[in-house]
Amino acid sequence: MSSLVEVKNLKKYFETPRGMLHAVDDVSFSIEKGKTMGIVGESGCGKSTLGRVIIHLLDSTGGSIYFEGEDITEVNSRKLRKLRENMKIIFQDPFSSLNPRMTVEQTITEPLTISGRYSKKQRQEEADRIMAMVGIDQRLRVSYPHELDGGRRQRVGIGRALALNPKFIVCDEPVSALDVSISAQVLNLLQDLQDELGLTYMFVTHDLSVVRHISDDICVMYLGQLVETSPSKELFKHPLHPYTQALISAVPTIDIHHQKERILLEGEITSPIHPKPGCRFAKRCNYMCKECLQPQHLEEILPNHFVVCCRVREINSL
Amino acid sequence: MMMSKNDTFLSVRDLVVEYTAEGQVIHAVNGVSFDLERGKTFGLVGETGAGKTSTARAILRILPDPPAKIRGGEIILDGEDLLKISEKEMRKIRGRKVSMIFQDPMTALNPIMKVGEQISEVIKMHNDIPWREANERAVKMLERVGIPGDRSEEYPHQFSGGMKQRVVIAMALACSPELLLADEPTTALDVTIQAQVLEMINKLKKDFNTSMIMISHNLGVVAEVCDDLAVIYAGEIVELGSKEAVFDHPAHPYTLGLFGAVPSLAEEKDRLNPISGLPPDPSHLPEGCHFNPRCPYAQEQCLKEKIPLREIGPGHFCRCIRVTEKEGKYVILG
Repeated sequence: MSSLVEVKNLKKYFETPRGMLHAVDDVSFSIEKGKTMGIVGESGCGKSTLGRVIIHLLDSTGGSIYFEGEDITEVNSRKLRKLRENMKIIFQDPFSSLNPRMTVEQTITEPLTISGRYSKKQRQEEADRIMAMVGIDQRLRVSYPHELDGGRRQRVGIGRALALNPKFIVCDEPVSALDVSISAQVLNLLQDLQDELGLTYMFVTHDLSVVRHISDDICVMYLGQLVETSPSKELFKHPLHPYTQALISAVPTIDIHHQKERILLEGEITSPIHPKPGCRFAKRCNYMCKECLQPQHLEEILPNHFVVCCRVREINSL
Repeated sequence: MMMSKNDTFLSVRDLVVEYTAEGQVIHAVNGVSFDLERGKTFGLVGETGAGKTSTARAILRILPDPPAKIRGGEIILDGEDLLKISEKEMRKIRGRKVSMIFQDPMTALNPIMKVGEQISEVIKMHNDIPWREANERAVKMLERVGIPGDRSEEYPHQFSGGMKQRVVIAMALACSPELLLADEPTTALDVTIQAQVLEMINKLKKDFNTSMIMISHNLGVVAEVCDDLAVIYAGEIVELGSKEAVFDHPAHPYTLGLFGAVPSLAEEKDRLNPISGLPPDPSHLPEGCHFNPRCPYAQEQCLKEKIPLREIGPGHFCRCIRVTEKEGKYVILG
């Protein structure tokens, strides 16, 4: 097992007028080369922030980040520029993440221009190659984003991420803004590119069906904390954390003959500002006890299946 | 044309809605017809721009005119054609007999008005009662949807997204409407909150015996709350029937495409089967079947002729000439 990206006790806090917001708190996991790690959770759980901290779009508050075994938590700007060639991001909103005044070709080749290593001719050749790879028609080469539909824009966003042949791509809700028929096209494209180029993905989404479909491993987050992580199949077969169980049961199913037992959660996500120690899900959890208010630790409950919950064995009769 | 049962509460007939923009005519709704029985829930499923919201807004007559115009059709609610009555009469129906839950709770509420007031305003408008009583009812309504009554003095920004949507629902149900139009009521919400809100809508619907039209792009949501549904594409119903008919025996190539394109929680799919191509430009709809450019089964006739909605099974309608029944299944013969 060789991991491409690893984070240990990663923290990201934001200072806000109301106090310190713990967006990512003590998160550890690793992503194997060529695999997809799904990060799933509801809004405000810190999943997007996590992706941004890893690729240094935001500075971390604590903990460490490793890329190909090397500690990249603190890097100078020259090193960072080199690193960024290998770590890219695809954003959720294909409308606001493209520069409206740049053509498709300019957008895709901008990273090449910045690198300074490509001649004009090489850049054009790269644009050809990438456009073919992401399925953008040659005639759209000089089109502007406003002339494209959402699916094509997202393809341009993917094309831009592929320039300079990165190893790692953070996909931040890349299909959430798209209609189902288009979203399926983009998901297939991402899978094909992974097979072809051996890419490693960190796939951030709130959509459990999508994350199950695309991921090899999954991390479930709640209010900045990692609550459960395991291989994708295992997680959906044996969700162990009460939050994961509720989350999976909440997804509406198209199977009209087997309506599943739904675990309804009371209340809503509490504030991540100055959180109390202990499990942040405790307030909504049906199994809350005194011990839940103490700091919790990630524990391997089943092989390769880690959970942060002091009552997990008891709840699942393990 | 179909199930004209005695208990039909709402009947939409050949509804046509057009928008005019920069001299171009956008064909948003092109002859939509369906019936809704009292106490039942009817689902309208489709992708962005399919005409779902325009249909719902036409029923309430709240389409922005200009640019939108209802060009034809009938909307018969309880024996009365809503398209023929005056605006004054319509105003009595809105919020009282028919009300709507909008998709985005953030923009559906007035940010500078206390939530309690926003609810009592509806109640006061339709009932000849003093303000004090209207306020009391508003507080009761908030409690009904699971918000503590003392929060009625708060402003929308003090509520979370899920709570705001509850306020919107409380407002929609304040005058016990007989018909509720729910336009993607849970799309802006997280799944655990969505589950809470759907559960609540289902319960309130039962308590008040409300009929409902549920608009959604999410097949799962429709499966959970609807009795009957229509799949809508390019402003036309392409498939219509009971939930069982459509989910167990989907027939139209577009419906099949939708099912193939959604990743499933229950089963392993190596690859999704997306529908190729893009939805058509509603100002230049393709001739013949509007789905023909994306349809793997399209043949000569599909490119030229207007395809009628036909009954392929009891109460199960499909707008496709190529679907035939074979051994209890709908198939398209090659």
